[in-house]
Amino acid sequence: MTPHMLTRSLDRSATIFLAVVAACGILIPLSNLLLPAGSFLQVPTYLVALWGKYVCYAILALSIDLIWGYCGILSLGHGAFFALGGYAMGMYLMRQIGTRGVYGNPLLPDFMVFLNYSKLPWYWYGFDMFWFAALMVLVVPGLLAFCFGWLAFRSRVTGVYLSIITQAMTYALLLAFFRNDFGFGGNNGLTDFKDILGFNVQAEGTRAALFALSCLALIVAFLICRSVVSSKLGKVLIAIRDAESRSRFLGYRVESYKLFVFTLSACMAGVAGALYVPQVGIINPSEFAPGNSIEAVIWVAVGGRGTLVGAALGAVVVNYAKTLFTSGMLAPYWLFMLGALFILVTLLLPKGIVGTFNAWWDQSKEKRTAAISASAAAEDGVTEPKMAE
Amino acid sequence: MNVMDTRATSAMLYLDGVHVSFDGFHAINNLSLTLAPGEMRAIIGPNGAGKTTMMDIITGKTKPDEGTVLFDGVTDLTRLDETRIAELGIGRKFQKPTVFESQTVQDNLLLALNVDHSVRGTLFWRGSKPESERIDKVLETIRLTDARDRLAGSLSHGQKQWLEIGMLLAQDPKLLLVDEPVAGMTDVETHLTAELLKEINKTHTVMVVEHDMTFVRELGVKVTCLHEGTVLAEGAIDQVSSNERVIEVYLGR
Repeated sequence: MTPHMLTRSLDRSATIFLAVVAACGILIPLSNLLLPAGSFLQVPTYLVALWGKYVCYAILALSIDLIWGYCGILSLGHGAFFALGGYAMGMYLMRQIGTRGVYGNPLLPDFMVFLNYSKLPWYWYGFDMFWFAALMVLVVPGLLAFCFGWLAFRSRVTGVYLSIITQAMTYALLLAFFRNDFGFGGNNGLTDFKDILGFNVQAEGTRAALFALSCLALIVAFLICRSVVSSKLGKVLIAIRDAESRSRFLGYRVESYKLFVFTLSACMAGVAGALYVPQVGIINPSEFAPGNSIEAVIWVAVGGRGTLVGAALGAVVVNYAKTLFTSGMLAPYWLFMLGALFILVTLLLPKGIVGTFNAWWDQSKEKRTAAISASAAAEDGVTEPKMAE
Repeated sequence: MNVMDTRATSAMLYLDGVHVSFDGFHAINNLSLTLAPGEMRAIIGPNGAGKTTMMDIITGKTKPDEGTVLFDGVTDLTRLDETRIAELGIGRKFQKPTVFESQTVQDNLLLALNVDHSVRGTLFWRGSKPESERIDKVLETIRLTDARDRLAGSLSHGQKQWLEIGMLLAQDPKLLLVDEPVAGMTDVETHLTAELLKEINKTHTVMVVEHDMTFVRELGVKVTCLHEGTVLAEGAIDQVSSNERVIEVYLGR
């Protein structure tokens, strides 16, 4: 099979992307740890933590692009899977605190003592073990996505209706996690973390390692997405995106495909959340806010839907802008800027940054090759070749 | 009861007493029709006669209110969904050409091939020689070999129609439902399409819905005229086209 032009150009951007992420993942932690503080090339610790956050957002954006860009499932509740992964990690981190908490209870986290819990709720069992928490980071979002998707896709809920119920899902979780008696720290969430795998979460070395790990996770997530979308399954996903009922008439079980990719995407979002929590030091119910999920969709739209690289790039660019503009005198206007950005991108760059660049690149390449056999080709395209009788 | 022990009929497709109404409008009204294995049948009739609705019923998109729809003498199609019916071996070409526009011609055919359509099967799919040979053969049949790497969306209208017929060939179903294959085609293309369908009919059962009477005449097969959801006339083209009622409601004087 000859690879199509578009796939070739994606391969090129994929290589550049992977090289950049790998370089960041190695050089930034090294510069932070080895160079003397205050030197020109030294990356200060606060920036390592900030960029680590961006990398986690990039993983979330990838997971959204996988379902939205390639399968047409617009989830406006993907922040829920991110937050669930974050809570699973947060529960592990809470149980690592042990007797160092304010109340010094060896078993119960501080908020439980404060709320007069007599014993640990059953769903907190096992979270003292890292492997179990790491498993739950994948299983909890994955299971929710599977159940949600099984019901929604089997009933053929699509388009804007699906988007609305994903919003409802994340909002319902927001309300549930806000409750003190739900057992996850209510309004305050989980915080005051001390150790992760025996390393102090505040230490520079741990932060640098978490950053490197996030970059590694981004690379792995990207490679998984790439292999999914470039397999034949990826072609089926695009077929479903473009003409769902046509795919059914070809004998594809559309709901199974959607369920597979939706669950995979939720697991990836969970991993992103799990890496995010130790780097920002807190997880609370506001992560379930519908606005967060919508913002994540905007990152993907800005970077370029259906390009993977664009999704990750969009997450970093928009969040960098957010950091830049939410401090200083422009701060009150950030939401207006975000809204304007979304409208402008939709109107002027419907393919996003990377999609527009790819289209431009292919076009200029085509022009160069077409210049040789220009006039004859145009006529051949119109008339059908005659039948040999 | 999805599958009966013995064949209820020798027909490839058997419709009996089928009724469908949408909000009180009787789209299909006591429709009965049989297609023998290996037969090609042309369906004609005015707009709103129920031609497309009939195809929707056969392919599982619409469930009939009452009536029997049997495929290959044994399978009750009214209980199955689109995917299952496609897997059984009924392929469909739509009135408006529906190809996967953002994918290449070759990939459109690859997607249509009747190989493992499960999630796992496609995720771990690797191309094989017989598969690519089949695609090459279909490309040749539909004269799109040179356009194999072009995006399907960039094809001309006629080429899209042909690509969709090619997708049917790749799907290799027992029964092909072809809805208006020559709409928007030039005379030459129409002629070529008739030839192609005749060729396909050598190995497949085919049902063609078409308005173009020249094309129907060229096919030279048994014709069924539908009107208000029921069969108005059936028989050879000359017989049907001289029927008073057919002339009145469809052909015009």
